[in-house]
Amino acid sequence: MEVSFGITGKGYVLVAADTTAAHSVIKVKNDVDKIIELNPHLLMAYSGEPGDTVQFAEYVERNIRLYQIRNSLPLRPPSAASWVRKTLAQSLRSRSPYSVNLLLGGYDTSDYTPHLYWLDYLGTLVEVPFAAHGYGSYFALSLLDRYHDPEASLEEGIETLKRCIAEISKRLVVSPERFKVKVVDKDGVREIEL
Amino acid sequence: MNSLTERFATTGYAAELKRAKDVLGEEEDGLDPMWGSQAGFGNLASGVVKFNIPTVPDPSAFLRMHTDDFADPSCRIKIKHGTTTLAFRFQGGVIVAVDSRATAGSYVASGTVKKVIEINPYLLGTMAGGAADCQYWETYLGMQCRLHELRNRERISVAAASKYLSNLVYSYKGMGLSMGTMICGWDKTGPAVFYVDSDGTRLKGDLFSVGSGSTFAYGVLDQGYRWDLTDEEAQELGRRSIYAAGHRDAFSGNTINLFHVKEDGWKFIGNYDVSKMHYDGPDNTGGYAYELRVEGKSSANPPVTQ
Repeated sequence: MEVSFGITGKGYVLVAADTTAAHSVIKVKNDVDKIIELNPHLLMAYSGEPGDTVQFAEYVERNIRLYQIRNSLPLRPPSAASWVRKTLAQSLRSRSPYSVNLLLGGYDTSDYTPHLYWLDYLGTLVEVPFAAHGYGSYFALSLLDRYHDPEASLEEGIETLKRCIAEISKRLVVSPERFKVKVVDKDGVREIEL
Repeated sequence: MNSLTERFATTGYAAELKRAKDVLGEEEDGLDPMWGSQAGFGNLASGVVKFNIPTVPDPSAFLRMHTDDFADPSCRIKIKHGTTTLAFRFQGGVIVAVDSRATAGSYVASGTVKKVIEINPYLLGTMAGGAADCQYWETYLGMQCRLHELRNRERISVAAASKYLSNLVYSYKGMGLSMGTMICGWDKTGPAVFYVDSDGTRLKGDLFSVGSGSTFAYGVLDQGYRWDLTDEEAQELGRRSIYAAGHRDAFSGNTINLFHVKEDGWKFIGNYDVSKMHYDGPDNTGGYAYELRVEGKSSANPPVTQ
């Protein structure tokens, strides 16, 4: 079962996703990277229908890149989120819709603000201070209502993320054992070891 | 002596009744002295409980056909579901906290349900699943606990009481009972919490949450739980956890009922409105709401300009 989290803090967005690829009851691979780097200040965690996820993520990546080449300016996070939503919404009414749920985390270098967007396969787009997809959301959202701090330092943000992961490890029957965590801030995207 | 002669006489009230029963083919139901009021549980006092069961090959399938509102939203009987209940053991006793919403499908049928059933001054049971099932069987459990006291001159242990309930619901397994309950109390062994459900599961533990909102309650509860919580901290944690579930789960909410079990029995701490907790908190010292907690804060970090 796939789980992903997103948490904003003072000048950054943390995005975490589990690293398992499963077919029915079998774990096929346990070091999958489900967080794609769309541009130097934009991350996207994806989950959903196997096959659709990577296809869609790479389609988005290439289009975001194309925009940057054409305009020699990267798309800012709010615009990128709108574009992704439009794409998903159009896909939903097509013959074979993408069944993909996303968390989009970005840092807007022009107004120094981190942005986190929650999107689902129906084309719902909402900007949030923290987010989760999958069964993890049932445990983490109440926890984050209680503990999330929009002005937390990166260290404090990581601690809160660890709380979320500890909670699902404790309570979720088939909890993923490993998470990949990436952060985006003014310096760009980098991976973090928990 | 009078009752003895009456029993074997061929005339009089008792004989009349016996003859009537023979004609109707009814069985003897307990002793005559048991006649009279048993607080509405007269039918239970005479031993084995019997219910009228639909005369179809598979009664539980028949029941499900008319009650399963998930499969068929237009079904005739909508059983009341949707709950958050929690109970945990700690240094100072047991905290029991529940919400008060009853839903039938998407309809909020009531916002003032008592989901903590006071079995006796030392035992509490919680209600999740079918409201009627929990209420009926836990009240019945209360009667059996009282009989245990009278027979053995000693209060029943929490373990024994919960085992009684678990054996009872297990005997009805597959017949459509729906309950997820925590039997909480204080006995010779100290504070105790047992989880009992209609599958027949019975678990001893320190911390349980049951119902549709349980995951949200667990999220707050697990992170704040320690054995050495003070009484005030523990009560606040119970209240805060039910609030979290009331806030996030559509099938839970309205108000919170909080109980504290100590060595000298349970005590009702209070009833708290979830909306009031959201905006003002338990004693107007500040609401639990995320929006209030982070008011005025910003994640933006513009460079400091001299």
